[in-house]
Formats: sequence, C-alpha cells, structure tokens
Amino acid sequence: MDALLLPLIVFCPLLAAGILFVSAGRMPARASCMIGAGSVGLSALLAGRLAASFLAAPLPAGTLHMALWSWMRVEGFSTRIAFALDPLSLVMMLVVTGVGFLILLYACGYMHDDPDIARFFGCMTLFVAAMLVLVFSSDLLSLYIGWEGVGICSYLLIGFWHTDTANVVAARKAFIVTRIGDAAMLCGLLLLATQASTLDIAALLHIVATGPAQLLPATAAFLLLGGAAAKSAQVPLQTWLPDAMAGPTPVSALIHAATMVTAGVYLIARLHPLFMAVPVAMKAVALVGLITLLLAAGSALVQTDIKRILAYSTMSQIGYMFLALGSGAWQAAIFHLVTHAFFKALLFMAAGAVILRVHHRQDIYQMGGLAPAMPVVFSAFLAGAAALAGLPLLTAGFYSKEMILQGAWHANPLLWAGALLGAFATAIYIFRCVFIVFLGTRHTEPTGRTGATMAIPLACLAILALAGGWMEMPDTIAPVHLLSHLLSPLFGTATAEGPSWLLWAGSLVPLAGVGVAWLLWRPRTQARTAPEDAIARLARTGWGFDTLYDTLLVRPFITLGRLNQSDLCDRLSDATAATTRAGSRMLSRMQSGQVRRYAGWIAAGTVVALCLGIRP
Amino acid sequence: MSTPSPTEALLLASILFATGLLGVLARRNLLLMLMSIEIMLNAAALAFIAAGARWHAAQGQVMFLMILSLAAAEAAVGLAIILRLHAAGRPTLDADTGNRLKG
Amino acid sequence: MSDLPFILFSLVAACAAIMVVTRAVPVHALLYLVVLLLSLAGIFQALGAPFAAMLEIIIYAGAVMVLFVFVVMMLNLGRTDRDRERHWMAPGIWIGPAILSCLLLAALCITLRALPPAAGPDTLVSIGPQAVGIMLYGPYVLSVELASFLLLAGLVSAFHIGRNIRGTVTGEA
Repeated sequence: MDALLLPLIVFCPLLAAGILFVSAGRMPARASCMIGAGSVGLSALLAGRLAASFLAAPLPAGTLHMALWSWMRVEGFSTRIAFALDPLSLVMMLVVTGVGFLILLYACGYMHDDPDIARFFGCMTLFVAAMLVLVFSSDLLSLYIGWEGVGICSYLLIGFWHTDTANVVAARKAFIVTRIGDAAMLCGLLLLATQASTLDIAALLHIVATGPAQLLPATAAFLLLGGAAAKSAQVPLQTWLPDAMAGPTPVSALIHAATMVTAGVYLIARLHPLFMAVPVAMKAVALVGLITLLLAAGSALVQTDIKRILAYSTMSQIGYMFLALGSGAWQAAIFHLVTHAFFKALLFMAAGAVILRVHHRQDIYQMGGLAPAMPVVFSAFLAGAAALAGLPLLTAGFYSKEMILQGAWHANPLLWAGALLGAFATAIYIFRCVFIVFLGTRHTEPTGRTGATMAIPLACLAILALAGGWMEMPDTIAPVHLLSHLLSPLFGTATAEGPSWLLWAGSLVPLAGVGVAWLLWRPRTQARTAPEDAIARLARTGWGFDTLYDTLLVRPFITLGRLNQSDLCDRLSDATAATTRAGSRMLSRMQSGQVRRYAGWIAAGTVVALCLGIRP
Repeated sequence: MSTPSPTEALLLASILFATGLLGVLARRNLLLMLMSIEIMLNAAALAFIAAGARWHAAQGQVMFLMILSLAAAEAAVGLAIILRLHAAGRPTLDADTGNRLKG
Repeated sequence: MSDLPFILFSLVAACAAIMVVTRAVPVHALLYLVVLLLSLAGIFQALGAPFAAMLEIIIYAGAVMVLFVFVVMMLNLGRTDRDRERHWMAPGIWIGPAILSCLLLAALCITLRALPPAAGPDTLVSIGPQAVGIMLYGPYVLSVELASFLLLAGLVSAFHIGRNIRGTVTGEA
C-alpha cells in the first residue's frame, strides 16, 4: 500500500501537467490554478501520509522499494525504473511537495492574469513530477531522467515570457551551462556503468565500498561533481543562475531556490560513500562550496536588483551546503537544504509580492519605505531575512548554519573561518536589502493589495523559516536531534560538537553583520545609489566570469563558426554526392537511345566475357 | 575419304558472326541491320549444325529448327516495324533517329 | 582434310556475307544474302545434315527472303536512297565496328583453338530427316511447342503492328 503511494505521488503532478498541456490554454485560469496547485497539494497530502506511516513503523531495511519496470537488460548491464524511499528521499519528498504546493498556491495569485497560465502551471507541475522522479529513483539512470526533466522545465520557465529576447537568451544560457555539467555527469554515469555494470545506487555504493581503491571512483566522483556544480550553480559553472531570474518569481522560488538547484547537493549526499572513498573529491567539494559562498556573497553585497540579490544569495547558501558536504557533515547539508528551501522560497515570494505592488520594478533603490504599506509582506521578508542571516535562537537558518560551521571546524578551521566570513557578509547584504527596500523615504507609491492566495503561503513559510530549525539543535542549547536521528541510518551519527565558543562566534557574527548594515544603510544615512568603484562593478557582474567565458569560449567559437561558414567537414559528404552525380551523368550518357550503340555495348560485353572465359 | 572438319565449320561460323556484327554496328539503314542480324543467326545455326556433326547427334538440327522459327518470327516483326516507320513518315529508315527513349 | 565443296562453299559464304554488309542498294544486299544462304545449305549438306540443308533453302532462302523482297518493293527505294546510303557508309564509320568485330573474331578463334580434338572416329555420319524427326517429337517436343508459340507471337505482333497501316489506308479510301 505504502509502496504504491510512491509512484502515485509522482503521477499526480504528471497527470496535471498532461491535462494542462493538452488543454492548451482553453481552460479558464481558475481551473488551471486548481489543477496545478491541487495536484501538487494532493501529492503533498499523500507524501504526508507516506511519511507518517514511514516514521511510525520504520522498515527493517530502512528503505521502501518499488520497482516499476525493467528498462533494459543487455549482456553485462541491466537497469530498472525503480523508486525507493529512504530517510533522505523522505526529507526531499516533503520539501518538494510541501514547499512546492505553497509556491504553486502563491503562483495562483501571482500569475492569475497571465494569458499563458496553463502553460505556466503545466511546466511547474511537470517540474514537480521530474523533481520527484529525481528524488525517488533508486537507479542512477532513472535519476538522470528526472535530472534532465528538471533541466528542461527550468529552461522552459526561465524563458516563460518568451516575447522578450533577453529572457530567451537567459534561458538558453541556463540550458547550455547546465548541459555542460549534465554531459560531465553522463560521462560519470557511463564510467560507473561500464566498471560496475550496474547503476542501481545501493549495489553501486556497495561495490565502491568493498572494491579496491582505484582511479575509477576518483574520475567518476569528479565528473559527478561537475554535474552537481552546474545544476547547483557552483563555481565555475555558476553564471547561469543570476540570469535565470528572468523567469516569473514563483519559478525563481521553486526551481532556482528551493528545489532544483539543490539537486546537486542531493546527488552528492546520495552518493556520499563514493565521495568518501576519494578524499581529493571531498576537498574539491568543500573548496568549490567555499569559493562560491564567498564570491556570491560579495556579489550580493552590491547588486541593485532585488531578485539578483536573492539569486546570488542562493548560490552562496548552496555553497554552504557544498562546504558541509565536503566536510563530511552530511546531516548539516541536508538540514540547511531544508531550512534554505523554507526561507529562500519565502524571500523570493515576498520579493515577488513587493515587485507586484511597485509596478514590476526590481531595483531596490527605486523602492524604499514600503514597510507601512505592506506589513504582512514586510514581516514575511523580515522573517526570511533573519533566517537567511542566521540570527541566533529564533530562526531556522541559525541552527542549520551552526551545524555547518561545526562540521567545517572539524574538517579544517580555515574552512570554518571562510564560512564565518560568509555568514557575516550574508547578514550584511540581506539586511542592506531589508533596510533599503522597506525603510527610509518612499520612492515608488505601492498600489493594490496582496491577496490571500499569496499571503497564506507567505505566512506558512514564515512560520517554517522561523520554527523549522527546532528539529535540530546544538547540545549546548537543547539536545534535540530529530533530523540527524532520522538520517542516521544513511549517514551514521553526527560528529561530536566543537568547543562552545564556536556557537558564540556563530551567533554573534550575524548580529554584527546586521549592525554593520544598520550603520551603513539606516534610514537617515542611507546612500541612494549603488557604489560605483571598480571592485563594486566587478562584483556586480559576478566577478567577471561572464566576460571570461565570453572571451575564452563563446567568442572563439563564434569566430570559428564564422570561419567555417562553408562547412569544411561537409565537403567530404558533398564530394561523395558529386562523385555519384558525375557517375550517374556519365552512365546516363550511355543511354543514348541509339540502337547501334546498344548493340555495340552488347558486343563489347560479349568480347570481355569471352576474354575472361578463355583466360586460363 | 577426307571429310569436312567441324572445327573449320565453326571457324566459318565465327567469321560470319563477326561480319554480321560488323553490319549491325556499321549500317544505319534498319533494313540492312535486319539482314545483318539474319547473317548472325545463320552463323549460330551453322555452329549448331557443326556441333551436331562433331558428336554425331541429331540435336544440332533440332536447334537449327528452333533458330529457323526464331528467324522467321524476327523477320516478320522487324519488317512490320520497318513498314510502319515508313508509313509514319520516316522513309529513310535511319536507326539513329529513333532515340527519343534515351535516358 | 576437308573436301573441296566445303572449302568452296565456305569461301562463297564468307565473301557473300562481306558483300551483304557493304552494299548500298538493299536489293543487291538481299541477293547476296540469298547467295550466302544457298552456300550455307551446301555446307550443311557437306556436314551431313541434308534435312537442315533443305529447310535452309526452302524456308530461309525461299520464304523469309521473299518477305524481304516484298518489303523492299513496298519501300519504293530510289536513287536518293542509294546516295544517302553511300553517304552513311563513309570510311570513318567502319573503324569502330571493325575493331570490335575483329576483337570478337579473335576471341572466338582462340576459343576454337582451345577445343579438344574429336574423340570419336573422324568420319561424318549423315543424319537424315528420320533421326531428326524422332528426336524432335521425342525428347524435344516441348521445344516444338515453344517454336509454335514463338511463331504465333510473331504473327500476332506483325499483324498488330501492320494493322494501323491498313487502317489508315482504308480510312483514306
């Protein structure tokens, strides 16, 4: 019974996507909303039911298996479409369906007057289905289906308003950059498949754990890291995420904050024995996370577009998760993934509500003083900002970030120092945003009001962003370890906690950051323009990665394409065609229609045949 | 008594066949081409007769009868075509002008 | 060693064949063709095939050649045709066909040389009409049927092709 729920949870949004795509916009907007949000809500209910029974009666093996069908079976390799539910996918399932439902509910309000709402909800529900496939798959090949599925949905939704060229360009960029990572990941999968002759995760990890250490896990781990880095917008494949904000705000909340971009984290956590077998890969993961965390935080400090601030912040927070993964603090990474899904979705949705109220302006310097006009949105944004900054005790972000800091300290104090610096910057940039947008003098008069369909999800997520962290606390505060306990069959028990001054540092640094932000951008002394020196400009453009890739890759490629306009490689096949054509022309000249010629050919053929016959 | 050798008869058949081929290839007049074909057919018939004589078998003459009927049918059809062409405004019987079916 | 009539007939046949293919006037070619056929009949007789020789004279030199003569008469050829024929037979035209024919002749001669010598006694036995008839209506009766089919097909197609001429003539009349 429970095993049947697993495919049913995937099927609900998939069916909705089918209905919505087939309807092609002929349904009224309200029906599209109800089908879209309702199907995901139904999945969320089923997921809750499944989680309840899973937690109430843990299976002896700790995993619920549901093999759907055998995909292919060839000599030396077989793969199945199979779902499995273990604590990790349970957590992911709850996040995807729960947060997904709230975001879709919010989207009903946000997108209600868009003419293409059916297409929007079709893509969104398809995305949820693909993400659930990704999460449930017990086989890396079917996981790859979900992986590509979420990629295509991301592409479709970034370019949702496709009449604007910039959106299409952004969508294309996201698609191509993630495709580079996907190609790396596919290579890694094929490598694993050729060596282990299976892609079933459990069997694969068993082989990795028991097999002799060799070059194979290292190469495969790095290739998979490439795929994960591209999907999760980590250095060096991070450039697509800020541009991806061209999509509608619920898309940014669902795909580019809460779920899809954390797929890389999920992949590495899912395959953690493979990475643990290769210490170099672990170091690389941690390093990638740290670099992304700091670079993105630096960029977020000087952005002027509210959604881009949040985008860079997302990169930075996923950098934290990678850091935790690289430090071996798997529980911390997943914990942060969950809390991040709460508060980042909340921040995006609140930002979307603000953007709607100020006539689709996104520049924070054109807002200002919005707090009195929209108290609900303000408190929601404030809750999200506090959680993002990790203000102590009250917010979810504090506990998860604290856990990461502890893990980083155990791995390497240098990593801890970097992460702490990042936390300081995080507090500064998000409260800079809060102070500039909501306090001070008003520059744009807000209109309209935020409807209930948008306010209710905001409230739910605000509560989660604040209280969601109480399921896991440091021993110094209270010995609550719900998540660690849940995940312990997979990851083992969490590492012991460090000295208590770590906790103090972790709680005081965000407060200091908020203080600095208050000093710099409090309503009186607020600077009304963004800083314009060279470093700020560099940081605003994402540290010049775009320019670098443009000069290094795109431009040479375009030049090469222009040089090769006549397509030299094609000459070969052209030559084949030309030879055939010339031959046919020559032979057709033989068909002169003159009887005597034909007779001549016959006689010549006879002579040749005779000569061949009499040759000894 | 000295007898004609079948090998020499075959040599004569070869010469006749080559001559007939020469006529078919070189002449443009359809009537002359038909006559050349008759020469070639007779060469083939001679070869059969010689072979029959060589092995003392009657089959050679049986085959000669086949060739005879073939030649009769061929002459009938070929001459009918010639008459048809002549009546249809091609009195020159030029074989080279009938090339409308070329590829 | 061959006997004299065979050699004579052979020489006549070869010369007549060459004359046939080189004549400009169809009637001349036709007469040489008759000569050729008659000499071939002589050769058949010399080779011990009297039945074939008689048929050659009666059917070939008689019936088929009469058919040709009729057609030549109906074509109503004149001086212009002879001139055009001469023009068509310019020396240059003969080169290619001659080379091809010589090649074929050479190939055939080489093939003949490779033949094994006669196994049996080197004597010719005359095979009369009786032996041929027994063979023809014995094992080869099917070929008789085939020949009759062929002749019927020739008759039908000749009638079909020639029918339109009569149709136009009667149409005009």
